[in-house]
Amino acid sequence: MDIHEYQAKELLHRFGVPIPRGGVAYSADQAVYVATELGGWHWAVKAQIHSGARGKAGGVKLCRTYHEVAEAAKGMLGTCMVTAQTGPAGKMVSRVYVEMAEPFEREIYLGFVLDRKAERIRVIASGAGGMEIEEIAHARPETILQVEVEPAVGLLPFQARQIAFGLGLNLKQVSQAVATMLGCYRAFRDLDATMVEINPLVVTKDDRVIALDAKMSFDDNAIFRRAQIAEMRDVTQEDPREAQANQLGLNYVGLDGDIGCIINGAGLAMATMDMIKYAGGEPANFLDVGGGASPERVKQAFDLVLSDKGVRAILVNIFAGINRCDWVAQGVVQAAQDLRVPLVVRLAGTNVEEGQRIVRESGLSIITAETLAEAAHRAVAAARAHREAA
Amino acid sequence: MSILIDQTTRVIVQGFTGDKASFHAKEMIAYGTNVVGGVTPGKGGQRHLDRPVFNTVKDAVETTGAEASLAFVPPAFAADALMEAADAGLRLVCVITDGIPAQDMMRVKRYLKRYARERRTTIVGPNCAGIISAGRAMLGIMPGHIYLPGNVGIVSRSGTLGYEAAAQMKALGIGVSTSVGIGGDPINGSSFLDHLARFEEDPETHAVVMIGEIGGPQEAEAAQWAKENMRKPVIGYVAGLTAPKGRRMGHAGAIISAVGDTAAEKSEIMRSYGLHVAPSAAELGTTVAQALTRAA
Repeated sequence: MDIHEYQAKELLHRFGVPIPRGGVAYSADQAVYVATELGGWHWAVKAQIHSGARGKAGGVKLCRTYHEVAEAAKGMLGTCMVTAQTGPAGKMVSRVYVEMAEPFEREIYLGFVLDRKAERIRVIASGAGGMEIEEIAHARPETILQVEVEPAVGLLPFQARQIAFGLGLNLKQVSQAVATMLGCYRAFRDLDATMVEINPLVVTKDDRVIALDAKMSFDDNAIFRRAQIAEMRDVTQEDPREAQANQLGLNYVGLDGDIGCIINGAGLAMATMDMIKYAGGEPANFLDVGGGASPERVKQAFDLVLSDKGVRAILVNIFAGINRCDWVAQGVVQAAQDLRVPLVVRLAGTNVEEGQRIVRESGLSIITAETLAEAAHRAVAAARAHREAA
Repeated sequence: MSILIDQTTRVIVQGFTGDKASFHAKEMIAYGTNVVGGVTPGKGGQRHLDRPVFNTVKDAVETTGAEASLAFVPPAFAADALMEAADAGLRLVCVITDGIPAQDMMRVKRYLKRYARERRTTIVGPNCAGIISAGRAMLGIMPGHIYLPGNVGIVSRSGTLGYEAAAQMKALGIGVSTSVGIGGDPINGSSFLDHLARFEEDPETHAVVMIGEIGGPQEAEAAQWAKENMRKPVIGYVAGLTAPKGRRMGHAGAIISAVGDTAAEKSEIMRSYGLHVAPSAAELGTTVAQALTRAA
C-alpha cells in the first residue's frame, strides 16, 4: 500500500526526521491560507499523487507570492496528472501540499528496501540525489553506498556513520544524517514498511539536513496491525476495479487485452494469461479467485471482469484442490446466465467429472476444454469471433 | 525414498482444532500420513480426530516424538508458531498460511540461525500448498490423487501450477517422487536451491521440475547452482510473461521491481544454465518427457 508524500513526511517526522514545515490543502483558498500560516517568502506547491517524477510533469511549483500559490494549486487540483510512472491514464490530484521552500546546496539519495536475497533491510545512499535510483545505478554506480541491517540488533549508529562520512558530509551534517537514517529505519521496522525513500535529502546553506521529499510503501500483509496506516489509504489513487476487488478480497489487476480471466491460484493465473498471449490473444486482467471459490465468489468475479467493457470473451480455469469442481461449476452456471460474451471453461482436479457434467447439462452455450492449451486457444478464437460479429 | 517426508514421518498439526486444519488433517490421514497429534493452545488434554491435542509444541514433541508439523495458524500468530516449532526441535515445518507480514518472516529466518546447522528446522512455505511424497505421505492441502508415484521431483512457488505439472505428467504416465511448494511470499522459509540440493541427493529422483514466477532472485540463483552441482536434468518454467511491471500479481512476492525480476529474463537465465525450459505452462509434461528421454 502506498501513501502520499505529506503523510510519509508526517510519519517520518514523528521518528525524528527533519522536514520542511508545510500543510495539506484541498482548494486554492486553503493553499493560500496554509502559505500565510507558514510565513516566509517562498513556497513549494506539490501535487499529492501516488507517483514519483512529479516535477517533470508540472506537479511541483516554486511560488513567490500568494497569488502564485493560488494559481499553482488551481492548475493542479482536479486534473489528472500523467507522469513517467503513472501510465497513460494518470492519477487524479485532489490535494496539494504547500511547504516552505528551503534553498539547499546538496542533494542526497537515501532509500530503505526489503532485500529479498539477503532477507534483510538494506540501506542505500548516494551523493547523486535528485535522480531516480535506477538512473543513479546506471549513470553513477560508483556513488552508491549500502549497508545491510542485522534484524536482531537493528541499524547501528556506526553503519549510519559509515554512510554519512562516505557521502562526504561535514561533522555537523553527519550527526543529523545519522539521526535521519536511524529514524527512517525505526519507522520502516515499526510501521511494517516495504520501502522508505527520501529523494532528495538536502543539505542547506546553514548545515541543516532535511527530507525534501519522502515516499513510503507498506506491507499489505501487515495492514491488519497498522490501523493508523490503513486510515491513510486513498482509493482515488487506485484503479476503481482493483479497489472494488480489494473490498471483496479478490486479487485483480487490470490489463489492456480483451479476454477476461477467472482463475484459482496466482501462479496458474499468470501462466494462463501467458498461454492466452502464446495462443495469439491478449488477457484483459489477472484474477485469482483463491482456494475457496464459492458460487457467490465466482459470481462476484464474473461481475468484476465484465465491468471492463473491453472484454470479448471469458476464460475460467480452475484446478480444484481444496475446492471441488462440482461446486465451482454450480457457481459458473449461475453466473453465466444471460452472459453477453462467449465463455470458455476448463475444470481439472477434485470431482472433475461431476463438474463437467453440471456445465454440460446446464443448457448454456458454454465452451468447454480439457487442457490449459485447449482452453487458451478456444478463448482466443471465441474472442476473435465475437469481435468480428460485433 | 523421497525427500523431506515419507509414511514413517511423525507429523503434528499446529492449529489442529480449527475447521480448515481439521479438514486437511483428515485428508492427510486418509492419504496415509502418520499424523500423531496436534497443538492448539488452551485445548491440551483433549482428543481430536482420535489423536491427542497439546498446549505447546514442546509437549507434543516430548509425548509423541513428532519430527514435522503442518502449521495452519492465522497470519498474526504464524511467526510465533514457527519459532515455537524451531525451539521444540522439529526437523521440518510446512506453513500453509497466506498473509504473514514480510518482516515477521525476516525475523523467523534470523531466529533459525540461533541453532547449529545440524539441528536447524527447515521451513517450507509460507503461502504454499505443502509437500507430498506421492503414495506415501502428504503435508499440505493438495488433491493427492493427481500425483502418480514415480521419479520426478517438483519444486514450485505456485500451488496450482504444481498441480498442473503433476497432472500433465500423470497423463503421460510420469510419476512424482516428492512435490514441494515453497510458496508465493517474498521471503520463503526455504528456497528452490535448498530443495534442488535434496533432490540431487535422493536416489529415487531422476529429474526435477522447477516452477518459478516473476519477482525475486531465487530462480536465477538456483539455476546457476544446478548447472554447477547437479547431474540430474532440471526442467524449468517461469510464469508471468504478460505481467506488468510494478504490479503485485496475487502472490505477495510476485512483483517485477528490479532487474532480473521478469519472466523473460528468468527463463533466459535458466536456458543459459542448461535447464530444459518449457515454452508454456501447457508443455510442462511434454518437456519433462523429452528431458527424461534425452537423459536415458
